Amino acid sequence: MDVQSTEPELRALMMAGLDGDAAAHKALLERLSSQLRAYFKGQLGRFNRGPVEAEDLVQEALIAIHTRRHTYDPSQLFTPWVYGIARYKFVDYLRRTKASINDLPIENAGEVTAQDDRAHVESSLDLEKLMMGLSPRVRQVIQYVKLDGLSVSEAAARCGMSESNVKVSVHRGLKALALQITKQGADHED
Amino acid sequence: MKTDQLIDMLSTNVEPVKHGQLGKALAWALVIGGAASFCVMLATVGLRTEPAGVSHLGFLALRVLFMLSLVGVGTALLIKLIRPGQDGRKLFTFIFFPFLAAGFAGIVALALQPSAAWHPMILGTQWVTCLYCIPLFAIAPFALLIWALRKGAPTNLQRTGAIAGLVAGALGATAYAFHCSDDSLPFIAIWYGAMVLLCAWIGARLGPRLLRW
Repeated sequence: MDVQSTEPELRALMMAGLDGDAAAHKALLERLSSQLRAYFKGQLGRFNRGPVEAEDLVQEALIAIHTRRHTYDPSQLFTPWVYGIARYKFVDYLRRTKASINDLPIENAGEVTAQDDRAHVESSLDLEKLMMGLSPRVRQVIQYVKLDGLSVSEAAARCGMSESNVKVSVHRGLKALALQITKQGADHED
Repeated sequence: MKTDQLIDMLSTNVEPVKHGQLGKALAWALVIGGAASFCVMLATVGLRTEPAGVSHLGFLALRVLFMLSLVGVGTALLIKLIRPGQDGRKLFTFIFFPFLAAGFAGIVALALQPSAAWHPMILGTQWVTCLYCIPLFAIAPFALLIWALRKGAPTNLQRTGAIAGLVAGALGATAYAFHCSDDSLPFIAIWYGAMVLLCAWIGARLGPRLLRW
């Protein structure tokens, strides 16, 4: 990551996102996704893992950045915070897939790192399948608020829940999704 | 799933983030955990029964000071450890100061006495009680601290677990201090110090399992 040039912009987007600015939050996640992709591809290249795994990690990190954004301390630099999360997710990935530096067949390494850095690749994560792992109520709320784009009050009216309950459910649902992803990753690698 | 899809999903209906949630959760964990620990002490071994003299109160103050200094430094470290990108490495060395100070005081106290008096000074009358009470009293604060830390994003799970264990152990030992009738500096340095370190070690073992996110 090119710390010097991107730090002030990213930090400004983060601060706006923390105040509830959805457009800034989206711009931030888009910018970060390409940085994270480059980072994970670079790391995974050493372990002979492909772009699909990198995309899984990008998505996992994005969800973590979103659901844990309250852990960012505005008095500190933003880039080390993102890097801390990315690195944690990468180490966690290595641990659960039991990859080690010895797995690396040297002759293929060039191929992996030569992949271009675009978002054409789909991750192995299937959102619908992941959603099935949530409780019906939480799934419904995520569907309304996060996928259909209903406002919190509309979703609250449709589900017959209070607005604060909807907010809590969305937050829990996203965390549960993140957990599902971690589990799923462990399942198909073991 | 395409990453763009995920980004759309995450940035639909973004809620503003409330500040200070983490600090509040930690503060609650410490207060309720400390109170729970004290209640467990009252319910099991109870307060010290002998009449309180000036020197008794002095030793109680020393015990509490030793333990609360660990709680203070440990909590400051936890605040750093649950935020990615802040490792608190400088602060980490401070955690050893209370142990060193207590150890030094213990050695000086021993040096001032003839060696024949060392045995009761070190073992006291209740070192066995101390062994099981401090970890027992640490259970409630440890559970509450883990609950609070899981709201954060610790990236070094072993270290975070260790410090959580240390803070919980120190809270447990603070509660035990109100029962303890062994008024000797070497006793405090050795048994309190060892039990808190044991709690930290257990915390380090449990951290990666309990704190993963």
